[in-house]
Amino acid sequence: MATTDIDRLIQLLAKLPGLGPRSARRAVLHLIKNKEALMIPLSRALDLAAENIRTCAVCGNLDVVDPCPICADPRRDGSVICVVEEVADLWAMERTAAFRGRYHVLGGVLSPLDGVGPEDLNIDGLVARAGQDEVKEVILATAATVDGQTTAHYVSDRLGDCGVKISALAHGIPVGGELDYLDDGTLSAALKARRSI
Amino acid sequence: MTETGRSALAPDSAGTFSAVVERTAVTRLSVTEFRSYGSLKLDLDTRPVVLTGSNGVGKTNLLEAISFLTPGRGLRRARLAEIGRRDAGEEVSDMVRPWAVAAQIALGEDCYDIGTGCAPDMSGAGRDKRTIKINGEAAKSQSALGRLVAMQWLTPHMDRLFVDAASGRRRFIDRMIMGLDPEHAGPVSAYEHALRSRNRLLKDGVTDSHWLASVEDSMVRHGVAVAARRLETIERLRAYCLVGDGPFPDAKIDMTGELETWLQELPALAVEDRFRDRLAASRQMDAVAASAVVGPHRSDLTVHYAGTGRAAEECSTGEQKGLLITLVLAAARMQAEERGYVPLLLLDEVVAHLDAQRRAALFDRLRHLGAQAWMTGTDAGHFEPWGSDAQFLTVTAGTVLAQTC
Ligand SMILES: [Zn+2]
Repeated sequence: MATTDIDRLIQLLAKLPGLGPRSARRAVLHLIKNKEALMIPLSRALDLAAENIRTCAVCGNLDVVDPCPICADPRRDGSVICVVEEVADLWAMERTAAFRGRYHVLGGVLSPLDGVGPEDLNIDGLVARAGQDEVKEVILATAATVDGQTTAHYVSDRLGDCGVKISALAHGIPVGGELDYLDDGTLSAALKARRSI
Repeated sequence: MTETGRSALAPDSAGTFSAVVERTAVTRLSVTEFRSYGSLKLDLDTRPVVLTGSNGVGKTNLLEAISFLTPGRGLRRARLAEIGRRDAGEEVSDMVRPWAVAAQIALGEDCYDIGTGCAPDMSGAGRDKRTIKINGEAAKSQSALGRLVAMQWLTPHMDRLFVDAASGRRRFIDRMIMGLDPEHAGPVSAYEHALRSRNRLLKDGVTDSHWLASVEDSMVRHGVAVAARRLETIERLRAYCLVGDGPFPDAKIDMTGELETWLQELPALAVEDRFRDRLAASRQMDAVAASAVVGPHRSDLTVHYAGTGRAAEECSTGEQKGLLITLVLAAARMQAEERGYVPLLLLDEVVAHLDAQRRAALFDRLRHLGAQAWMTGTDAGHFEPWGSDAQFLTVTAGTVLAQTC
């Protein structure tokens, strides 16, 4: 391995969230020292993931199958759709097992200051889903940030003609605290106490 | 001081509080790579602090360091890149240099270690921010500081508060409210964010009315909350600004603006509806003006000299200074009453403009308030009336600080 290869690896790893150049260097050294146990399996896993992972055409979840296992699971309650900002929020909710309906991932929030508009988010897909007979309720679980709440308002506006009940997670979600940071107790309580809009 | 003219709501101006009130005090301060200081450590007690030294030796820098023990950008409203130490004559660039302020804060019987500072963001993403530690633990946000430390300051920069743009007065009142309720920062920045978002949409010619209405809904909810909170606070603060005749003029204060007028007449929900309608109707006009014609960003804090009824901006420089002192002392007193802690007071170059009689009167008020006031000046003689009731420190050029008593 030439020094440039190592440098390149460090540079790539340093682009990961939460890693700076220093921790990337440490990670690379650790990988090299544990080549058989870690580096090769990691590299294979990355290859496989890159090849097989796709976005669920229904809900926007990431998995190796499309539709994803949640959308394909007949035991999940298809009458309720929970709208989240990011896949990370969906996964966080799944970890708590507090919600047994289906999801819809917007892929972000409306943010004029960051140049993110309705056409950049999967809102049309949600409107189409909400128009299906099976769907009775849409729960908006965007963050309690200004952009998150503005997006919730926009989405509920767009769902106005779909004839579904629209609700939002109860107050108590910390401002700026995305779903990802919630524990399951808080999430169950917020789900139970959701208020309709 | 006489009993006349004092509102029943105002606390006894002789200095007794209706509840147990403890003082907030800095008992240890250390600054590192901060402005003109390389490294400096001070051990203090809870008495007021007098900092004397010639101009430009870094007295204000120390007050600024203390001001970072509350949320925000400090008493100079500095950018993070300006704060790290630079050699004399060295230009300020956008590069953030590491700096730190650490302090031990005494709140009555309790003690807290607070650390704050800035380390450059190594990821290169430019997301530099001020970090905060309380008792060794990283705090999630600056509001944790606001819940702990109460502070008021008065600096020469504020001399033109009544004359300059209304934005300065809005900041002044919002900071005062945050001193009483740190949560006020939430709706204030949420409103600003929503307002800037709408300005951008209008500038970009976006016509999606669902989108505009959603952003306006955020403006309405947070904006009315901000306006209502300002009105409420001014209502309570008013009594503290009318303490009867003393060395400093009584001030008559009001919050003025369209939202405020509506709030006086209508329930908050009706004000929200009216605000929403006005925004929806004024999109074209606002696009041209590059901002919204109505909202709490257009409100103003108006101050009148109670004795003459004259508007503060028309008063003499000396009268304006007096009104500022009245406002800051009133806010400190209200903070003490409502939070149970006398705030720290940072008074930069305040006594320089006062004659001996008013200086003595100010010191008297500070004594009664029981605050640890940090006072700067060039002439140590001005502070003589404090005697042994204050700690005297001499600031000399560079970074050295010598205790003279
Ligand atoms: Zn799916």
